[in-house]
Amino acid sequence: MATASLALNEATEVLRPGSEDEAVEAFGDGKDVLVVGGGTIVVADLTYRRVQPARALLLRDAGLAGISRDGSRVTIGATTPLEELVDLPAPIGPCAANVADREIRGAATVGGNLCAGEGVEAPRGDLQGALIAAGATVRSAGEGGIAEEPLEDFLPKRGGRLLLSVSYEEPAAGAFAALDRPHTHDYTTMAVSGARAADGTIRLAATGTGTHGVRLPSAEGGDAQAVLNDVTPHDDALASAWYRRKVLPVLVRRVLDELKGAA
Amino acid sequence: MNLTVNGVSHEIESDLLTPLLDVLREELGITGPKAGCHQGGCGACTVLVDGEPRRSCLVPIAYVDGGEITTVEGLGTPEELSPVQQAFVHHYAAQCGYCTSGMMLAAQAYVAGGGTHDTEAIQEALGGHVCRCTGYSKIVEAVAAAARGDEFDLTETAVGKYTTMTTGGAE
Repeated sequence: MATASLALNEATEVLRPGSEDEAVEAFGDGKDVLVVGGGTIVVADLTYRRVQPARALLLRDAGLAGISRDGSRVTIGATTPLEELVDLPAPIGPCAANVADREIRGAATVGGNLCAGEGVEAPRGDLQGALIAAGATVRSAGEGGIAEEPLEDFLPKRGGRLLLSVSYEEPAAGAFAALDRPHTHDYTTMAVSGARAADGTIRLAATGTGTHGVRLPSAEGGDAQAVLNDVTPHDDALASAWYRRKVLPVLVRRVLDELKGAA
Repeated sequence: MNLTVNGVSHEIESDLLTPLLDVLREELGITGPKAGCHQGGCGACTVLVDGEPRRSCLVPIAYVDGGEITTVEGLGTPEELSPVQQAFVHHYAAQCGYCTSGMMLAAQAYVAGGGTHDTEAIQEALGGHVCRCTGYSKIVEAVAAAARGDEFDLTETAVGKYTTMTTGGAE
């Protein structure tokens, strides 16, 4: 009856916190802890022995799911499934709807999507771009306790932190454009998100141009081609750097046009 | 841990991180869900978890403790196929059959959730499922037929003849 996978995880201590406080305590300084949100990335990593952690932190029952609103401020808990985001206004909703398929979106969590490591052969972190464009901040735990900071500052060190929630001001207008190649696969090769704040400020950000989502300040003034000052696209299994350089300004142009057309 | 699969309750011994797929196939011997890619890319392992379609290869068993699972074995019987299964037979939606159980469970959830015969909506609902025979047109036709509530006379199909033969209905 024993199988490879039954034997596989015997050495891993499984932690199942029942509250945010318990989750923060169990995570500690995060050393050698595998955080399991919905499992759509890390369960495959365990199956294929790409990770063999000392401890696995199962977040499902830690009470970190849900979307709440305080005026125009939206807060999304770390274990909220992506499927619950698809009806939110652009750029968040359309970006979430662009992730994989219904079955994956029903299980995959916001925290997992934001904190996933760099993909081996394909970019990850679809929501990073959309939430950077929205000017989001994240609450996270780890060494030094709980901290709140802009998502852009958090992303480079996300591996050592436990994301608890992400929040942003609902933009006055938003737009999302993804590189869409039908009949291929469900990974987001590259996508651009844009948001216009109530004061008219425009923020743009991209997913799929590097190791994590980045803001695109050079193009925010309206010159789509200037986006190439902000990023150096890379080759991977989904697209060449050359192709990304050609398409990125097109996506930026579409987002800027959509923002211009929005009331 | 406890799992109810197709209405039957089971005590589970596998460790907490074991994928649901492995518990079904290896511990319980329920082999309708297929281990195609074992990393969420193909949809052959899809089952219903409390009515929702999920890739069973990506679900740690700890997450479905106490849950209700439906596999293709729980959809219908050879004598009494479910409406989705009948539609798949009538429209020849299975070729090699490897993707079929996952396809049918996704279709079951789609139809049960009030899905229509709209092609685009069906393609979206089944978007995570790969058919290596590329038999997508027939699969989408079958799901559309099930969504419309079409009824079929399957007695002249291979499945109908087999059923009649094994149940002793024909001389």
